[in-house]
Formats: sequence, C-alpha cells, structure tokens
Amino acid sequence: MQNVTLILLLAAMAAAAFYMGRRRSLAVVGGPAHGSRLHSLPGYYGYFTLISCLLPALGVFLVWVLLEPKIIVALIVDSLPDAQRTTSAGELNLLVNNIRNLAAGDATSGEIDAVMRNAAVRYNEYVAASRKMLTALTLGIAGIGGAVALRRIRPEFRARNRVEQIVLYLLVAASSIAILTTIGIVLSVLFEALRFFSEVPLTEFLFGLNWSPQTAIRADQVGSSGSFGAVPLFAGTLLITAIAMVVAVPVGLMTAIYLAEYSSSRVRAIAKPLLEILAGIPTVVYGFFAALTVAPWVRMAGESMGLEVASESALAAGAVMGIMIIPLVSSLSDDAIHAVPTAMRDGALALGSTRSETMVRVILPAALPGIVGGILLAVSRAIGETMIVVMAAGLAANLTANPFEAVTTVTVQIVTLLVGDQEFDSAKTLAAFALGLMLFVVTLCLNVIGLSFVRKYREQYE
Amino acid sequence: MAADRRTSREIVEAGLARRRRKEKLFRATGMLATAVGVIFLGVFFATLVLQGSSAFVQTFIKLDVELSESVLAPEGELDLAYADFDGLVRSALRKEFPEVSGRNERRELYRLVSIGAGYQLRDLVRSDPALVGSTSTLWVPASSNVDMLVKGNIDPTIEESLRPVSDAQVAWVESLRKAGRLETRFNKALFTNGDSREPELAGIKGALMGSFYMLIVTVVLAFPIGVAAAIYLEEFAPRNRWSDLIEVNINNLAAVPSIVFGLLGLAVFINWMALPRSAPLVGGLVLSLLTLPVIIIASRAAIQSVPPSIREAALGLGASKMQVVFHHVLPLALPGMLTGTIIGMSRALGESAPLLMIGMVAFIVDVPGGFTDPATALPVQVYLWADSPERAFAERTSAAIIVLLGFLLIMNLAAVIIRRRMERKW
Amino acid sequence: MTETKMTDEQALAEAGRAEFREQPAPHKPNGAAAREVVERVTELGEETVGDVSCEDPYIVTEKVNVYYGDNHAIRDVTLEIGRGQVIALIGPSGCGKSTYLRCLNRMNDSIESARVTGTITLGGQDIYGSDLDPVALRARVGMVFQKPNPFPKSIYDNVAYGPRIHGLAADRAELDDIVHTSLDRAGLLKEVKDRMDEPGTGLSGGQQQRLCIARTIAVNPEVILMDEPCSALDPIATARIEDLIDELSQDYAIVIVTHSMQQAARVSRRVAYFHLGRLVEVDETDKIFTNPQHKLTEDYITGRIG
Repeated sequence: MQNVTLILLLAAMAAAAFYMGRRRSLAVVGGPAHGSRLHSLPGYYGYFTLISCLLPALGVFLVWVLLEPKIIVALIVDSLPDAQRTTSAGELNLLVNNIRNLAAGDATSGEIDAVMRNAAVRYNEYVAASRKMLTALTLGIAGIGGAVALRRIRPEFRARNRVEQIVLYLLVAASSIAILTTIGIVLSVLFEALRFFSEVPLTEFLFGLNWSPQTAIRADQVGSSGSFGAVPLFAGTLLITAIAMVVAVPVGLMTAIYLAEYSSSRVRAIAKPLLEILAGIPTVVYGFFAALTVAPWVRMAGESMGLEVASESALAAGAVMGIMIIPLVSSLSDDAIHAVPTAMRDGALALGSTRSETMVRVILPAALPGIVGGILLAVSRAIGETMIVVMAAGLAANLTANPFEAVTTVTVQIVTLLVGDQEFDSAKTLAAFALGLMLFVVTLCLNVIGLSFVRKYREQYE
Repeated sequence: MAADRRTSREIVEAGLARRRRKEKLFRATGMLATAVGVIFLGVFFATLVLQGSSAFVQTFIKLDVELSESVLAPEGELDLAYADFDGLVRSALRKEFPEVSGRNERRELYRLVSIGAGYQLRDLVRSDPALVGSTSTLWVPASSNVDMLVKGNIDPTIEESLRPVSDAQVAWVESLRKAGRLETRFNKALFTNGDSREPELAGIKGALMGSFYMLIVTVVLAFPIGVAAAIYLEEFAPRNRWSDLIEVNINNLAAVPSIVFGLLGLAVFINWMALPRSAPLVGGLVLSLLTLPVIIIASRAAIQSVPPSIREAALGLGASKMQVVFHHVLPLALPGMLTGTIIGMSRALGESAPLLMIGMVAFIVDVPGGFTDPATALPVQVYLWADSPERAFAERTSAAIIVLLGFLLIMNLAAVIIRRRMERKW
Repeated sequence: MTETKMTDEQALAEAGRAEFREQPAPHKPNGAAAREVVERVTELGEETVGDVSCEDPYIVTEKVNVYYGDNHAIRDVTLEIGRGQVIALIGPSGCGKSTYLRCLNRMNDSIESARVTGTITLGGQDIYGSDLDPVALRARVGMVFQKPNPFPKSIYDNVAYGPRIHGLAADRAELDDIVHTSLDRAGLLKEVKDRMDEPGTGLSGGQQQRLCIARTIAVNPEVILMDEPCSALDPIATARIEDLIDELSQDYAIVIVTHSMQQAARVSRRVAYFHLGRLVEVDETDKIFTNPQHKLTEDYITGRIG
C-alpha cells in the first residue's frame, strides 16, 4: 500500500478512536447528564484514545520508512555474487543505484547484465514484502492502541492530565528539532569534512594558494592529482564582500539616518515598504540582473574609461550584492538609532547643536554597538550569499585585489563541486563539505558576535 | 560677563553659516542614499518588465496540413509513436513556398517552424483519429529565431552571417505576415508546458508544480513544529541557561547561509536516508528546516505580545496551564503566527541555493505529479534558463521572474492583510 | 471664554461661590497697591492677575498659544522675564508650564504636531524671526531637564560638547579653561577633578544634574531654563542645586518649572501660576504665597487642588 494511503487510513482510525473514546467516557458514567462525574471533560478521553491509537503506530511507521531502504539495500548486496561485493565502495554504490533504477523502471547507466536484472527483481520482491508487513504492523498497532485506551476509560481516570503531559512531551520534541538541526548541520558537515582532511592535509587547504580541484579518472587513484589550496577562494570571497560592504554600509546607514531624523512621515511610509521589497527579492533574481544587466554595463563603462574589465567582474557581483544588503543594514541601524533615548537628543539640541551634529556626535556614538552588530550580520550575509555570485562571478580561482577581475568565492565552489552526478566519495565532493564547514564556522562566529552586539545596545537603554 | 557674552554670541553667529552648510550637505546625502535604493528598484522593475513582457506572447504560423494516410499509415496501421508528423509539417511548408528548392534552402524553410509542430499534430490526431485523410489548418509555434525576429530582437539589417536568420527566412516571414499566416498570440505554452530545450516550447508549469509540492511539505512540517516549539519555549520552558542556549541557537539558525542547509540535506536526506534526488519531498524537508527558525521567532513574538492579564484571568478561573495556552493564548497569537509563517513561506519560495545542492538542477521535462517525482522549482528554473545563451530564453527568464515576484507579492499582501484585519492592539 | 474643560472650572467656581457669594469681578493688573481685600477672583478668566511685567525684561512673551494638533495646550500667555532674577512656574500637572518653557528655546520645533502663535522676543529679537537661528538661540537660552541626561561620554567631553560645536575655544588650553570654570561654577569641580575622563553616566544623580548644569553654562548663555531639575533627586542633592541656582541667578536669568511650592518659595523672586494652559497669576514670591489674588492660586497653594 502506498505511504500516503496508509497515512490517510491511520488518520481515519485516529478520528474514529477519538469519537469512540469520547462516547465511551460518557457511557461509563451513564449518559451526558452525569458528565460531571468524570474527572475530565469527555473530549479529553477522546484525545487520550486518539493519542494511544496514533502515536505508537506513527512512530513505528517512521522508523520503518527510515530503515527500509538501508535494510533492503543491505539484503540485496548480501545476495550479490562475491565479485561484485568486493569492488570499491564507489563502484558498489553505482551498482546499487543501477539496480534500484532498473527496479523502478528508470533509466540506468552502463550495461545491464543478468546479475543486475535478478537483483532488481529481488529488490521489488523485498519492497513488496516490506510494504505488506508495514501496513499490517501499523494498522495493527493502531488498533491495539485504541482498544487498550478504551479499556482504561473510567470516571476517575485522569485523562486530561495524561493528555496534557503527552502534549508537553510533543512540544519538547518540537523544540528539540531546532537543536537537532544545528547538531545535524555540524555533524554532517564535520563528518564529511573530516573525511576530506584525511586525504588533503588541513594546512594545504587553509594556506595553499592553488585551487584546482581534480580527481583522477582511474578508480583507484583518488584525489592525488588535484590541489586544494583554498586561499584564492577566501580572497575572492573577501573581495566581493568588501565591495558589497562599501556599497551597503554608507548607503544603508545614511538611509536609516535620513528616515529616522529628517524625513516626513509620508516619505517614511513610502520608503520603508520599498526597502522591504528590496529585501524580499529572491537572490537568484538579483543574480540574473547582475549577470545580464549590471555586468555588461560595468564592462562597457570600464572600457570607455580605458580599463580592462572582465565580463564577470567582482565589481558587478559585489555591487549588486551590496544593494541587496542595504535593507538589512538600514533596518538594523534604524533600530539602533531609535533605541537611543530622546533625552539624549533633546539634551544635545538644547545646547544648540544642529541635527547633523546631534546625529554624528551624540546619537551615532551611542548607537554604535547596535550599528556594528548590524554590519557584522550584513558581512555574514554577504559571505554566505550564493546565487548572486554563482550567476555573476566567475569560476576562476584568481588571487587578486583588483575589483575588475573575475574571482570565485567559497559558495560558488561549493555549488560547482556538488552540482553534477559525481560519486559522493571523491575528494572533489568532499572538498565542498570542507568549504561548507569553513563557511558555517565563519558565519556562525560573525552571527554570534553580531547578535550579541545588537542585544547589548538594547539592554543598555532598557 | 556681559562682554564675554557678546563675544560668545559673535563667535556663534560667525560659525553659523558653515554649520548650516554642513547640515544641508548631511541631509542631502541622506536623501541621496535613500534614493539609491528606490532608483535601483525602479530601474530593476523597468528592465524586468521591458525584457520579460514580450515572453508572454509567441509567434504562430498558420499551416494547412494534409494528414495523408499514405504518410501516416503506410502499412495500414496508424502508429502514433512512429508516424512521420514532421514530414507532414514539412510538406505543408513546401506547399506554402513551392518555389523553394535545394537541400540547404529547404532546410532553412523547415527551420521557420518549431519542432513542436510535429507534437502538436500528433496530439491532434490522437484526439481525433478520424482526421486522417483530411486537411487540417492549425497554428503552430514558430521557431524561436523567427519569434525573436518578429519581436524585434534580431536586427534583419545587419550582415547576414552575423545573425541567426538568413535573408531568405526574413523574406519568408514577411510574406507569411502579409498573407495573414503569421500572428503573435498569448504564449499559453509558458504556463502549460514543462521545461524544454526549445525556448518556444519551454514553460514553467513543471517548476510551478514542483514549487507547489515543496511549499506544501514545508508548511505541513514547519508550521506545526514551529508553533509547538514556540509555545514550549515561551510558556513552559524554565528560564535557565539551557533555554538561553536554545534561544541563541535559534537566532543563529535564522542567519545561517541557506547553502549550508543544502549541504545538510545532501548529507542526511539524500545520502544517509537515501531519499530520491530532485524530489519535492526532499526540497520541502530542507526548506522546512530553513523556515523553522523564522516561524519560531515570529511565533514567540506573537505569544509574547498577548498580555499576561489574559493568562492570569484564565488561570484564576481554574484552567490548567495547557488549557490557558491552547484556549486563550494561541487563538490570540494566531494572526502573528500566520503572518510570520507566510513571510517564511515567501522566503522559502525564493530559495534556490539549497535546492541546487540536493539535485534539483536536472533538466526535467515532465510536470511532476507527486511528492517523489523528480521536479524543479521556480527559482531554480530561473537559474537554469539564465544560463542558456539563447536570446529567447533571456526573455522567458524575465517572464518567469515576473511570475515568481507576482506570487511573492500575493503572499506578502496576504500577510499584511491578515495583520491588519486580525491583529488587536493591546 | 473657555470651551472644553468647563467641568473642572465650573466645579471650582461653584466651590468658590459657595464661600463667597458675590459676583466675581476680574482685577485689573496693577502692581502697586497692596491687596487687603478678601474679594478674590474666582473664575478662570482671560486676564492674568498680578503683574506680568518686570523691570529689565529680557524675554517677552505676548499672547502665546501652543497647539498640539487639536489640543490647545497654552492659551494666550503674556509674561515678561527679567534679567538677573529667578522666576518659578508652578501649577498642577498638565497645566502647561513645561510646554511654555519649551517655547522659550524653541524645543517644541522637534514635535511635529506642535504649533506656536504669538510673539516671543529675546532681548528684543523675535525668536521665530528669520534673523535668529534656533542654533544661536539655544546657545543663548540653555535648558536643564527633569531627568539628568549626560551624554555617554567622559565628564570632560560632556562639558566641552557645547563649546566645541559652537567653536567657542580657540585651542585646547581655552577649552580646558572653559570646562574647569563651568564645573567650578556648577559646584562639581572638586568632586570630579581627578576623573575627568570617566564617563558622565557613572556619577550619582545629583552629580549628573550638576554636570548637566555645567554643560549648559559652558556655552555662556544668557538665560537658563530648568524643567523640574530636582524632581529626580534626593533632598541633599536638591539643596545643593538650590544653592547653585541662587548663585547662578546673579549672572543668568533663570526660569524654573517646579512642582514643589516650597522650592519655588526658596529659590525664586517671582512666581507664575499656570492652570489648564492659562497664566492665572504672576507676582512677587512672597505676595503670591501670603496673599494670592486669584481663588485658584489660593486653592493650589493651600493644597485644595493640584
């Protein structure tokens, strides 16, 4: 039976369980008129029955669905002749994928031999058997759960307490998913990155100046012919980020100052939503605009001034990225400026300062932690930005400080290395995880520091 | 003292002009900075509309096609898969321009029309096999080069070798137009077709369905989990270092680059759990992880804004903590939660980097029918088309962007409306 | 006559009439004769009782009205403020004394909905005129606020801020001189002499307020406005500041808004009583407190209202 159908059936059983539980609770006390004899409202007895029916079954279902592919693949591999089983991990993976594709009726790569065909047939048999078992198990457990719950329904049974406790556990579980995500990110990226560093030394990665990620063609030669020095990537990322900051910080800050101090409320009512729109445009759209409109324009402008500008210049990508970040800097600076108490502003004005003097000499220094925090968060955003640079910056690992040349960034390389049907284990693919690890660590530090600055200014004036 | 004061006054007066100038300059800089963002937005939208609006129309050519039985069913049986519909299209073209001879010239003639013409004929015959033996008139899409020529994107006056349409083709197009056999109509294919290598046949339906399935998965997962987490963290969690850590964690997750979520999806969902690549299910899982922090933060803010007096009143009447939360706090916080969710969804709709990681970059022609069919998403489609060197794809990319921005606009408007209608000021 | 807030006035007038059953007759402003008549003005009329004028007037406000949007906050106030004296503005909460104060140095400009009509002159110059820049005005009319608001800068930089922006010191030595003199006159120098680089926010409440006063006089103003400067301070700090006000009154015209009548009695030479936006009575301090001419003034002083 299909998964979706199974889930729907489960849902129907759960609904029935609720109804039956509720009815039974009223029956046990002799009808709705005696409802006050029950410890909890009848609905809670219904919920109790529903939970008892649904949760264990759902748990079993999830675990089964997660483990099923692995177990079946392991069984298939076990049944393969020895020759196939002892090939390299990469080859085996490919074989297994082919068998699965064949079983599903999809396209396969390479030759199909009898072994594979048999394996495919067995695969489908296993899957069918697994489905039957899953259906029986799930529906059976649901039924048993419901029945057990019904038997426990008595007037003095504290259904509400039980239900609330279970709901609490569910809430806790939901909260822990957020932590699990972080742990998952760290572990998965770390794990693969460590595998990378077992092949390519950390010092070469961090300090090497040559980035040309190759893996050998032959199956037994892995990662030995490429160089994985990531410094040009770091340099490229920094260059583009710097250009973006040069655009975003002054413009964002001055925009915030103008909107907070000088503009009429009507101007503010128009400008703020427009900035929100700017922030909401997807980055792929910015990338398209950068590649198709801004980059050629920059190139033309540069050439008319006698400069040599690459068609994928860091300047074009950085400038568009800067514009994308303007709303972030502006809104965080605006918050910081508004957090400064008006008493400070009044005091400065009463001494005879102009508004610009007040802003520059009193308010901005007071708002500085918040503004700096905002800038750090903006830098973090720029470093982690992918689509704009993928579409508008180049792939050439160029170590330069010239904004008119083409550079590549960490995020571009992550995409390049992983987009494509490579084997998962090659050093090339693993390099992407190593880069991902660096990216995560750096942005994490910037975010933590930035957010703590932003929080500090808020506390300062509360 | 009085003399002092007079000099003070004079000094102040003397410095006023310079300070006033600085003030004006400062204010002007502020205005200029604000204008930068606004002007960029204007230029951006203008370029987008200029480039993309032409993609909503497509050039069509009227052909009289003789559905001759001898060509379609030479051995008596009509086999739709192998019948030579292209041949029929070519004959129809030759009939229009009987003077064309020679292989090269003929090939140029055939290139006037899209290869989709053959598919269109096949679908026509499939829907009504009785048509075999008669002559049908149908409007077939012109090839993308002709389309570009008609829309004015190809300059017919420059030297022939520098352009993708030959002089002969230009002349034929002109004569077709004069004969009333060339029209630009609404480009339905943009919305009904999946991706294609031919720009004139390429559509965003596949991408739209893919995005749609993904968003469903995202909402179904992220909204309940996010709201549940927010409820626990705000109402039940004890205030200790552990919950502080969780809060820091969630704030950081909201700022992690989206590509890292893609790496997580690749390592865990594709590699470890062996879920199918390119499936909306996996895309939805990754996007829900990405959207979860946003929903949690927005929901927490919404819960915090419910005044304590409401909780106290309910508790005072004998409600349990859980009942207070679910019967009183949650309904009142719901508008804020919905707004936050919709905004999170609109962010998710525009994400493409993590989807690239989990393999939604493949060229997929079919429209996905379910959560596990290979699919792509609208922003990824934009990315794929943007890479294409063909001019016709450039305008279609802009059109796809217009559609994408349209959806985002609708979603954000919905959020604003919900906020206005349902939110109460305490 | 008055339109909106009739109920309060009517009630008060009723109370008044219950005691003095005669037709109220507004007294004409006449500063000379001593009043021994028990007849008191009881209604909130348009004329101010007492003497709005003074000798050597420096700030003159004539028929000043202030509107916050539709709210008519200050109604037709005519008052003269003289050099070298302290005048206290008293009255119940919300009567407009702070609003009036803020007109004198155009601080109401920063409130979008505020509208000021009437004439206010400083030494003969219209402060809303085109030839007096608000910046220059505020260098001549300083303000000390209710809650001390030192900048998050060092003590030195706090006091030096004003002279710096106006360019009053030609070099560092002059600036040092100005800072030291101001701190000395504010009675703070001895306490902070050794920690001029420490942040001004690290001082105690009373010290912070004296810092703000030092900051204000560093700009060499002619008038100092004080908006309830002691309300956030303890009695000892309050006493020190009142002594300071007394010293400063020799060189500056001081307008002090105060909630405390005792303070008004201690520090000021003239007192102006505001009630619901109107200037009800102005006179010399001892006259107002011993023999107020308006019923409302008397009620406020004796504690029946306010």
